[in-house]
Amino acid sequence: MNPHHATVAEIGRALRARRYSSVEVTRWFLDRIAEAGKALNAFVTVTGERALADAARADATIAGGEGGPLTGVPLAHKDIFCTDGILTSCGSRMLANFVAPYDATVVTRLAAAGMVLLGKTNMDEFAMGSSNETSHFGPVRNPWDGTRVPGGSSGGSAAAVAARLAPVATGTDTGGSIRQPAALTGLTGFKPTYGRVSRFGMIAFASSLDQAGVLAQSAEDAALVLAAMAGFDARDSTSVDAPVPDYAAGLERPVKGLRIGIIREFFGEGLEAGTGAAVRAAIDGFRAMGATLVDVSLPQLPLSVPTYYVVAPAECSSNLSRYDGVRFGHRCRDPRDLLDLYRRTRGEGFGAEVKRRIMTGTYVLSAGYYDAYYLKAQKVRSLINEDFRRAFAAVDVLMGPTTPTPAFAIGAKTGDPITMYLNDIYTIGANLAGLPAVSVPCGLVEGLPVGLQIIGPHFSEERLLAAAHAWQCETDWHRRLPPLYA
Amino acid sequence: MFSRTGAIVTLTRRDVESIAHLARLEISEAELPVYVQSLSAILAFVEQLASAPTEGVEPMAHPLAGQVQRLREDQVTESDRHDRYQANAPAVEAGHYLVPRVIE
Repeated sequence: MNPHHATVAEIGRALRARRYSSVEVTRWFLDRIAEAGKALNAFVTVTGERALADAARADATIAGGEGGPLTGVPLAHKDIFCTDGILTSCGSRMLANFVAPYDATVVTRLAAAGMVLLGKTNMDEFAMGSSNETSHFGPVRNPWDGTRVPGGSSGGSAAAVAARLAPVATGTDTGGSIRQPAALTGLTGFKPTYGRVSRFGMIAFASSLDQAGVLAQSAEDAALVLAAMAGFDARDSTSVDAPVPDYAAGLERPVKGLRIGIIREFFGEGLEAGTGAAVRAAIDGFRAMGATLVDVSLPQLPLSVPTYYVVAPAECSSNLSRYDGVRFGHRCRDPRDLLDLYRRTRGEGFGAEVKRRIMTGTYVLSAGYYDAYYLKAQKVRSLINEDFRRAFAAVDVLMGPTTPTPAFAIGAKTGDPITMYLNDIYTIGANLAGLPAVSVPCGLVEGLPVGLQIIGPHFSEERLLAAAHAWQCETDWHRRLPPLYA
Repeated sequence: MFSRTGAIVTLTRRDVESIAHLARLEISEAELPVYVQSLSAILAFVEQLASAPTEGVEPMAHPLAGQVQRLREDQVTESDRHDRYQANAPAVEAGHYLVPRVIE
């Protein structure tokens, strides 16, 4: 029994064929987390007992001839999802003692699908970061090169799946936090349409942008897990009430005739040459499969990053006002009065990047600056959205790189927030417009993975997954493992 | 960098202290200059939005056009679990959250 190179789909099939049990496969992953995974710092909490109990239950289900494609398959959740009775830290000192009193809907649904919880993965504090260096629990290392970042904010989930400490993991994507780490670790990272997956119990960062998704080994795995996560939830007021297609059933849809728009603005200055070459070669691969390529310009898209760094901090400053040292989370010692309680609790509980974003947001929302910054950014957001809408009138999907460079060195960008923010230059647009997007592995540059990004119109998840799957049927980039973890 | 009014977007120590106060964040003396510098840089960076042609453009608050936030019936849907929730509170007494004295 060795699930090292097995995808979620393959593990599910092996379990149903009784080639091994869920308890066996779960033990294998728990051992791997403890041994091979030690150097990566990918997990905040490993839930060994819970995992084995989940696995035993799954085995009973399978023995009874029941269960589905995910029954008994282990997974890891990003530590942003509330898990009943389990530490849910969001990568912050503020919540380093927070044991969630309920499950997020994503957690409930994947448990109901029979998945086994291995643990909670490390992340940038409150999902604010692109390198997993802002975590209170320390940086996560990239399995492809331990001196480099795995990307962020879902860096622990990315490292865990890339090193096969877990066959799949959840993530969240506010400005690229699934796609960017997926690109930097050689995974398939899927961010659904805004409102597609419930955010109930998912700790809020920027509510008009946040969306849950998955970091997987393949488009097929992403389709299976996404289908179980997605769908209407009355407990999330932004949840969209629309049926969820059978994503796995739609995977074989051919690429022939697909109209692909190549985003001109994504191939300009700042794109590292090897990354650009790998992405262009991948797009040519789609042409060889019968797709039509169209040159597309989205003139306002370069304003995505500044727009985001007004909108997201504004929403974050509002969302994070709940951490007051009164109801849950960190509280400072011996507060003199209520103001002292708030100020010291928050000053101690939040790390530097979170404080920076709260202050940016506080400033752009403050009296006299609201119109010049926040309202202006919301108007530019409309322009960017309109650019996408116009593009999708002529093409089915858009393609470009996920990131401007492969994984960078730990510490290389921590001194300058703007340099760090520009990592998300190609991913943020999809969040501003609420679009689904996926990053798929499309090459290696000096031994480091490169991601191709595919963006589609609202609710085009099926189309994106099918395009990614078609690419993965022709190539084996998604099957490459980091040499140290092969 | 200049703002639309032509003023240089540079925050002072006092500006940052005032923002930190509004956000209820204690910032140490040592951290202050770091935030003065980085917040000024961020504001200068986002200043490029000023040149975008937004005359007559509606602000976008929700990524799905026409999507309205649902309201639910005003009915009790949750059971009483305050013991469970208060298990996470730093200080409680007899079902109440404790805070420092507010009224002398």
